[in-house]
Amino acid sequence: MQGNFGANLRAFRRQKTSSKVFDLALLTLMVLMLIITLFPFLNVLAISFNESSDTVKGGVGLIPRQFTFDNYLELARYPALFTGFYISVSRTLLGTVVSVFFTSMLAYTISRRDYRFRRFVTVIFLLTMYVSGGLIPEFMVIRMFGLNNSFWVYIIPGLVGAYNLIIMRSFIDNIPYSLQESAHIDGASDYTIFFRIILPLCKPALATIALYVAVGHWNSWFDTYLYAPFNENITTLQYELMKILQGSISSSSSSILRGQAAQMQLARSISPLSIRMAITVVTIVPIVIVYPFLQKYFVTGMTLGAVKS
Amino acid sequence: MLLRPAELKNGRSGQSRRGLRTVWQQRQLIIMSFPFVIWVFCFRYLPLFGWVMAFQDFKLKRSVVDSFFQANFVGFKHFIEMFRDERFFLALRNTLAMSVLGLTIGFVVPILFAILINELRNGLFKRTVQTVSYLPHFISWVVAAGMISQMLASTGPVNDLLISLGILKTRVVFLGEGQLFWGLVTVSDLWKETGWNAIIFLAAIAGVDPGLYEAARIDGAGRFRSIWHITLPGIMDVIIVILIMNIGWFISIGFEKQLLLGSDQVRSYSEVIDLYVLRFGIGLGRYSFGTAVGIFRSVVSLILVFSSNLLARRLGRGSII
Repeated sequence: MQGNFGANLRAFRRQKTSSKVFDLALLTLMVLMLIITLFPFLNVLAISFNESSDTVKGGVGLIPRQFTFDNYLELARYPALFTGFYISVSRTLLGTVVSVFFTSMLAYTISRRDYRFRRFVTVIFLLTMYVSGGLIPEFMVIRMFGLNNSFWVYIIPGLVGAYNLIIMRSFIDNIPYSLQESAHIDGASDYTIFFRIILPLCKPALATIALYVAVGHWNSWFDTYLYAPFNENITTLQYELMKILQGSISSSSSSILRGQAAQMQLARSISPLSIRMAITVVTIVPIVIVYPFLQKYFVTGMTLGAVKS
Repeated sequence: MLLRPAELKNGRSGQSRRGLRTVWQQRQLIIMSFPFVIWVFCFRYLPLFGWVMAFQDFKLKRSVVDSFFQANFVGFKHFIEMFRDERFFLALRNTLAMSVLGLTIGFVVPILFAILINELRNGLFKRTVQTVSYLPHFISWVVAAGMISQMLASTGPVNDLLISLGILKTRVVFLGEGQLFWGLVTVSDLWKETGWNAIIFLAAIAGVDPGLYEAARIDGAGRFRSIWHITLPGIMDVIIVILIMNIGWFISIGFEKQLLLGSDQVRSYSEVIDLYVLRFGIGLGRYSFGTAVGIFRSVVSLILVFSSNLLARRLGRGSII
C-alpha cells in the first residue's frame, strides 16, 4: 500500500501540469461524491444515537452530541415494529427460497433445446416484461383469489420474475450440454439431471438471483399498503416505517387510502425525529450486513442480464 | 427424456410425427414447467382480461367475479371522462416532465461518472468510490425518502449548509415547494441510482483496448482527448442500446418516490399517472375509471417499447427485445 502510494506520487510528479490539475479536480469531485452519498447514512446513524431533546435543537452532524441508547429502547413502545420485523424476515427467507428454486427449475426446462413447449413457455414469460394489466386489474385478481389480507400475497404474485428467469437461463445455457447427455445415457431422469447436475453447477447464478430477490422482499412495502393496510398481523417493517415517516412529513399523500389518514395522525403525534431515525437504522442494518455478499454477486448478474438483452 | 443431437437435427417435422410420444417422454419437464404456466396466466394474463372493466360500470361487491359479470357496459364513457379531467392532464404533464428529466440528466450523469471513475489511478480509492456509490441502490425508497426529507427539512443539514454559506437568507421547506419538486425527485434519483446505473458503462469501458490509449498518449493526446476520441466511441454501442431501452421505459417511471416525497401541498407537481390511478381508482373506488387510465398508460408504454425497438433495428444494433 505504502509502495503503491509512493509510486502513484512519483507518477503524479512526472505528469504535465494540465494533467495534474485534472487529477486534483477529479479527486476533489470524487471525495465530494463520497461525502454526498455517505452523509445521509451517517447523519441518520448519529441522530439515532443522540439524546432526543438535544436533537430538536438541530445541527447534529456525523457524531452524536449526547450519546444514548434510549431511542432504541423506546422502540419497544411500537409493538407493530416487532410484528413487522418478524413478517419481513419470514417473507424474505421463504420468498427467496421458493422464488429461487422455482425460477431455476423453470429456467432449466426452457434451456432444454429438445423440450417441446420450450418456445411457448419462454414467450409467455418474456411477454410479461412488456404488458401488464395495471394496478386495478391486478388488485382485483388478488382479491379474487382471496389473497388480500393474507401472508401469501407477499409470496405468490411475485413467484417468478421474467428478468431473473433470463439471467438463470443464460447461465444454464453456458453449462456444457454434453453433461446432461451423458447423465441421460447413464439413465438419469429429468428430475435427477436438474437436482444433481444443474442446481449444483448454478450456485453463482442462484446466489445472484437470491440476493436480488431477498433485497426486493426486504425493501418492499407497497404490497402491504395495497393489500393489507390495516392488518396488524401481517404488516411489514418497511410499511411500518413508511407510516411513521409519512405521518411526520406532512398530511401526506398516503391519505390516498381511505381511513389511513386517521392512522397517520396517530403515528405523527408519537414519533419524534430521533425515534424515526432509529427505526430507519434498524431497517437498513440487514442490507448493510449482506452488502459485501451483494457486491460479490450482483455485477455478475448485471453483466449476464445485459448480454442477453 | 433427452433427445440426442441426431434427433434434434430432424427438427420440427420429426417432432410433430412423434408428438404425443414426445409429450409423454417429456412429462417430467412438463410437470416442472406447467404449474408456472398456470401461475403466469392467473397473475399476469388474467389482469389483462380485466381491461374489460374499463368499459363497464364496475362496482365492487363481496365477490369480484360476481361484480364483474353483473356490471353494466357503458362503452367509452370512462375514457371520455378521463380526457375531460384537468387533473389527468396535470398527472400526464408531471409524468412526462419527470420522465424527460430522468431520461436526460439521469442518463448522462452515470456515463460521466463511469468515465471519471475510470480515470482514477489509485486502485483502492477507485474500488472504494464504486462500492460506496451503489450502496443507496439497495435501500428501499421508504428509507431513502426518509433520509432525503431529513436532509431537506427546514432544520436539516442542507438548510444549515446553505445558510452558513450565505446562499440562503431564510430557511426553506424544500419538499413543500411545488416548483422544486421535479428537480428534487431527479436529484434524489441521481443520489440513489447513479452508481448502479454506471456499472454497465464501466463494464463497457473495461472492454476498450488499452493499446488504443497507449497509442494516443504516444501521439501526444491529453486526458480529455483520450476520453473524447477513445473512451466515448468505445462505449457508444452500449450507450445507444441503454438509451433506446430507457426510451422504451419512458412512461414507466414508477411512482414510489413521488408518493413518498410528495404531499398534499405539492400534489399538482408530484402526482404522476400511477398515483392518479391510485387516488381515484382505488382510493375513491372508481375502479372502471382507474382501469381506463391504466389502459391508456399501458398502451402508450407499449407503443414506446416497440418503436424504440424498431429504432434499434433501423440503427442496425439488433433487436433489444
